[in-house]
Amino acid sequence: MQDEKELLKEQKKEITDQARADAGQGKSGNRRNFLAIAGWGSLAGFLAINSAAFLRYFYPRVLFEPPSQFKVGFPADYPLGTVSSQYQREYRTWVIRLQDGAFFAMETKCTHLGCTPSWMDSQKKFKCPCHGSGYYITGLNFEGPAPRPMDRYKITLAEDGQLLVDKTIKFPGIPGKESNELYPQSLLRV
Amino acid sequence: MKSLPQITDKVKKNLIWKSIFRRDYRNTVRDRAQAVFGNVFLHLHPVQVRESAVKLRFTWGMGGITFFAFILLVITGVVLMFYYHPTIDQAYNDIKDLEFQVPFGVILRNLHRWGAHFMVIVVMIHMFRVFMTGSYKTPRQFNWGIGVFLLVFTFLLSFTGYLTPWDQLGFWAITVGTNMGAATPLLGYQGPFSEYLHITPYNDIRFALLGGAQVGGNALLRSYIWHCVALPLISIILMFVHFWRVRKDGGISKPQK
Repeated sequence: MQDEKELLKEQKKEITDQARADAGQGKSGNRRNFLAIAGWGSLAGFLAINSAAFLRYFYPRVLFEPPSQFKVGFPADYPLGTVSSQYQREYRTWVIRLQDGAFFAMETKCTHLGCTPSWMDSQKKFKCPCHGSGYYITGLNFEGPAPRPMDRYKITLAEDGQLLVDKTIKFPGIPGKESNELYPQSLLRV
Repeated sequence: MKSLPQITDKVKKNLIWKSIFRRDYRNTVRDRAQAVFGNVFLHLHPVQVRESAVKLRFTWGMGGITFFAFILLVITGVVLMFYYHPTIDQAYNDIKDLEFQVPFGVILRNLHRWGAHFMVIVVMIHMFRVFMTGSYKTPRQFNWGIGVFLLVFTFLLSFTGYLTPWDQLGFWAITVGTNMGAATPLLGYQGPFSEYLHITPYNDIRFALLGGAQVGGNALLRSYIWHCVALPLISIILMFVHFWRVRKDGGISKPQK
């Protein structure tokens, strides 16, 4: 009795398999589901390309912001041992000339929480008004909650003899390291 | 002079009335149910609820109050949009105009601002209640997931609205918030591993949020569009699913005995 039932089941399966094969509904692709795959596939492709275009849309080609490379005047404009805040507001950059005549450019951003420190000329230090972090003229932190020295930008001499700051090249301050020694290439000697 | 029944007859027995209400209403169980079924706004609701489901001590009514806060914010927000320009030259002064010069401007602005704070608090209490009563358990897991998304969208709505007055508070909030985006692994220019994808401040995720490398006019406009159009639309869709699933998952959860 049991065997008979199983035999019947097997026969039935064979018949359905045969019918499926006749109708062309095997496991792999065939004429019947080609259109379905093509249809859904092109819809998926359409949506994928649209999503990619949508994401790309959020990155404009032209920016109405100050350029990331800018000229800051001639080396002779800067006396020794001074911090120039002339480009602080527009470019968030200090142009600094050390006592030995070397130039470097530094981002006006406290490494604690990103406020703008002020150069205190009488005390020869940068002081952050938010939480009291203090930095030497080289950007090395020595007091307050700042975890590391401030970041520097690349400064070079342009063809017309002016100083050129490039904000796309950055020299990040490393905790406890003096950036003058860590990044000799951040210093410009004219 | 006509009598009251004559007037009601005149009002009710015409094509306009019948086209709106379709059928007569008698105060029977069947007609009360029909009134809910046949109304596009009410049909998300169950026709009947158990008495235990409306026990305030169990549900606190916080989900409904959150929805009420959302409606309030949509209405006041749309009205505020009539006076607000999302540009860095005008935004701050427009808010001042609303506060000091526009009739009823100050109450609308404050309703929107305090309503936003209220919604954030209330939605968290709602989540707390759902958690403490175990209402996130089967068969309601899916709806808990939708609820988590709704919580995130409430926060995002609150965050994007923060910048709109273009004051110091909002400016620095967006500065800090988007700098956190810059620290995203792979996608943010300050995040770990981003150097392998050549990510700079000009092509990272923060740039997409701000529409630039700085918090400026594009950031204000993007924040405004997300706040007024995109995020509310997504939230409304999620809310429909959320409310509908409450009913489909066996109604609002209730005390065990």
